[in-house]
Amino acid sequence: MARKKVTAPNTEQLALSELTIEQRQIEGLSLSTVVRRRFFQHKAAVTSMIVLGVIVLLAFTSVGTIIGGTGRLAADTASGEIILDGLRISGWWPFDWYKNYPITTPGGLPSWEHPFGQDTLGKDIFARVMRGIQQSLTVVTLIGVLATVIGVVVGSVAGFIRGWLDSLLMRITDAIIIIPGLILGAVLGRTIGGNAISLGILLGLVSWTGLARLVRGEFLALREREFVDAARVAGASDFRIIFRHILPNSIGIVVVNATLLMSAAILTETALSFLGFGITAPDISLGQIISQYNEAFKTRPWLFWWPGFFIVAVALCINFIGDGLRDAFDPRQRNMPKSMSLARQFRELTGWGK
Amino acid sequence: MLSFITRRLAATLAVLLVASFVVYMLTANSGDPLEALRTQNDPASVAKRATLTEKLDLDTPPFFRYFKWLGGAASCVIGQCNLGVSVIRGDEPVASALGNAMQSTLSLVILATVLSILFGVAIGMTTALRQYSGYDYTVTFAAFIFYSLPIFWVAVLLKEFGAIRFNEFLGDPHIPWGIALAIGFVLALVVQAVVGGHLRLRLRTTGISFALTAGILILLDITQWLKSPSIGIVGVALLGTGLGALMLFMTSNLTKRTLQYSVGATVLAVVAMWYPLQFIWFYFNNPFAIVLVAVLLAGLGVAAGFFLGGDDRPEAMRVAAITGALSTAPLLLDQMFMRWGEYVQIIPLRSGVISTIGANTPVLANSEDTWMRMLDSSTHLILPTAALMIISVAGYTRYTRATLLEVLNQDYVRTARAKGLPETTVIMRHAFRNTLIPIATIVAFDFGAVIGGAIITERVFAWQGMGALFNEGLREVDVNLVMGVFLVTGVAAVIFNILADLAYSALDPRIRITEA
Repeated sequence: MARKKVTAPNTEQLALSELTIEQRQIEGLSLSTVVRRRFFQHKAAVTSMIVLGVIVLLAFTSVGTIIGGTGRLAADTASGEIILDGLRISGWWPFDWYKNYPITTPGGLPSWEHPFGQDTLGKDIFARVMRGIQQSLTVVTLIGVLATVIGVVVGSVAGFIRGWLDSLLMRITDAIIIIPGLILGAVLGRTIGGNAISLGILLGLVSWTGLARLVRGEFLALREREFVDAARVAGASDFRIIFRHILPNSIGIVVVNATLLMSAAILTETALSFLGFGITAPDISLGQIISQYNEAFKTRPWLFWWPGFFIVAVALCINFIGDGLRDAFDPRQRNMPKSMSLARQFRELTGWGK
Repeated sequence: MLSFITRRLAATLAVLLVASFVVYMLTANSGDPLEALRTQNDPASVAKRATLTEKLDLDTPPFFRYFKWLGGAASCVIGQCNLGVSVIRGDEPVASALGNAMQSTLSLVILATVLSILFGVAIGMTTALRQYSGYDYTVTFAAFIFYSLPIFWVAVLLKEFGAIRFNEFLGDPHIPWGIALAIGFVLALVVQAVVGGHLRLRLRTTGISFALTAGILILLDITQWLKSPSIGIVGVALLGTGLGALMLFMTSNLTKRTLQYSVGATVLAVVAMWYPLQFIWFYFNNPFAIVLVAVLLAGLGVAAGFFLGGDDRPEAMRVAAITGALSTAPLLLDQMFMRWGEYVQIIPLRSGVISTIGANTPVLANSEDTWMRMLDSSTHLILPTAALMIISVAGYTRYTRATLLEVLNQDYVRTARAKGLPETTVIMRHAFRNTLIPIATIVAFDFGAVIGGAIITERVFAWQGMGALFNEGLREVDVNLVMGVFLVTGVAAVIFNILADLAYSALDPRIRITEA
């Protein structure tokens, strides 16, 4: 390491004072407080969290949503209107994603009335994109929750109990890992999928493998530590040791990887829907919108850009939040002082400003 | 070592067997292959249904059908694959349908994986070594964005901007001087950020790389090189020298006289062989020529290392042999570019040189000339490979950066520095090798993702590869076709896993001891 020349006692004092600053910062605080403080210092992560919050709010309040029901379209015989099956909660946006409207501008060009434009049938793209975000977020949340729970349980059981159970669980994990994810997802989606809930659950059931491996590794290391012995001597049950003693110590790895898993999940979901094996019509997903308007790239680029933009935005936000969490839980790789600023080197070289 | 491989192989094969059973059952239950016929009112549909039922053996439950399929698949071991017939492809045997598709898809997947590893590791290492510099922040941010891009979106964008616009440019390749200077300037900024160091060094690097890039671009414009690109003996000499220098740098032997001589002699020998090799390329016109030439040039390298290596004979032989073998690439490129003029005449003018559709030009698919076919495949491979790489490279970059930073904090790196070893040696010998260990484990993970990406990319670029077979098969519930695709991708994934394991155990002796 190229260090600047400092006299010996200074280095020691410096190291000592640095250490005390570091310790003073976290003295008497719980892990969650420390992590929260560090996380809020990560500008990119905090910005991403705000952006993601705005996107979620926009998506759910603007066009409203439906709860329950199959989500399938049906013609209401009495009024002759198209309605959706399920409890429809309307939002502040005047257009619905499943209805056709008269085309206001030539070719459905974006206008004040339809800011994201319209497609050839006159569907409002803003409403469609918002609904797509809702669906994608639903899938992502389901995958995140399910995969985290399964991954943690499988990983901790395998890592803590070891022996034949460990071998069995890890072979199952291997079996799922070896099948290319998209192929497994497509086969599952084609078999049972079709709407966001079922797709989310199915993908959640197969996305836990990476997390399970990591948690197992962490458990294998932690179970040999003294505090586990202490807990056992004190008479704690295996269940209690796993969930009260070891798991909180590996929470960092779980949280970070769950976040990364979710950012991968949104890409998987959109890719499956793009291929036609994920969320299928009449339901909407961002990938499905892109797939539907793929050919219109030249003539109606707005049909292609907006859904893509939101996929990237959501995935990017989740990734940045994950990065912020990683830094918060594992401060080893945090900012170190720069060796020497370029401006200072420039001044030294030219002799300016002395 | 052997028992380690056998154990791993047996375990993975068992895993593959279980996975194939799961996929078979799921696909078989994913829909009804007779659905289209059931809804028809045509009186003949009953008979059609009966024939189809018999052909697909639908009266047997899927559970037993799987074992029949497995029996057929198992005979692949003795060289007679019976993967059933694909009904939706007019009763074509799945094995033959796969044979054609496999070549294009696997070349795409393997090329993309290998290139992503090379680029990703290189970029990741440079960012780690320039931690918290402007370059590091830019690359990290870019990696985040690329990592968040959906591949189908990237592929469509590349198709529009990478191919259609670039083809228009190639039709009239004129680089305005202002743009050449601007590109040179931007590139120079990047290079100085990578090289780093003190301001004086940075200014010098900027100047040199700016002059080089802008000069080359202006030269390309004046000579209209892009209109009829060629490499020739000069290009081979330049690329060979570059390769040699890179090999010396990577093995941290840049300053060793003996190695310089051996590698230099090898490059000279390659250039001298340029003319005689023309006969091999011409008369021995098939892919094996590449292996032949590579072995020949590696032999020359070994000889050069043996006679000029001096005290470092073993290492000189090794480095020179690798340089020689790698020099096959510029020679091959040269062969391909020689056919450029002819190629531009053959392909349909409308589509341009960088192709956006299919894996090859139909007229050239059965061409006698191997190098012409290779050129054709290359122009078709560029875009899908780029689409797959953008995302994979981002992953490798981030991972390599994190790993190298961790490694650089280890005690053995400090020891190496304390011994007074040059920084290049510390990085390339001590840090780099240890960085590769964890990377070897994620290669296997990433390979599956790349296969998934390939399925999507193929659709955007209208390749008739395995992705197309899979999509078609799954949509029409043609179980045999889906299983065929699964088998190939699964086996490819297993092979990559084993290669990664081998690399892993070669890099980390501890693995061999604990698991053997």
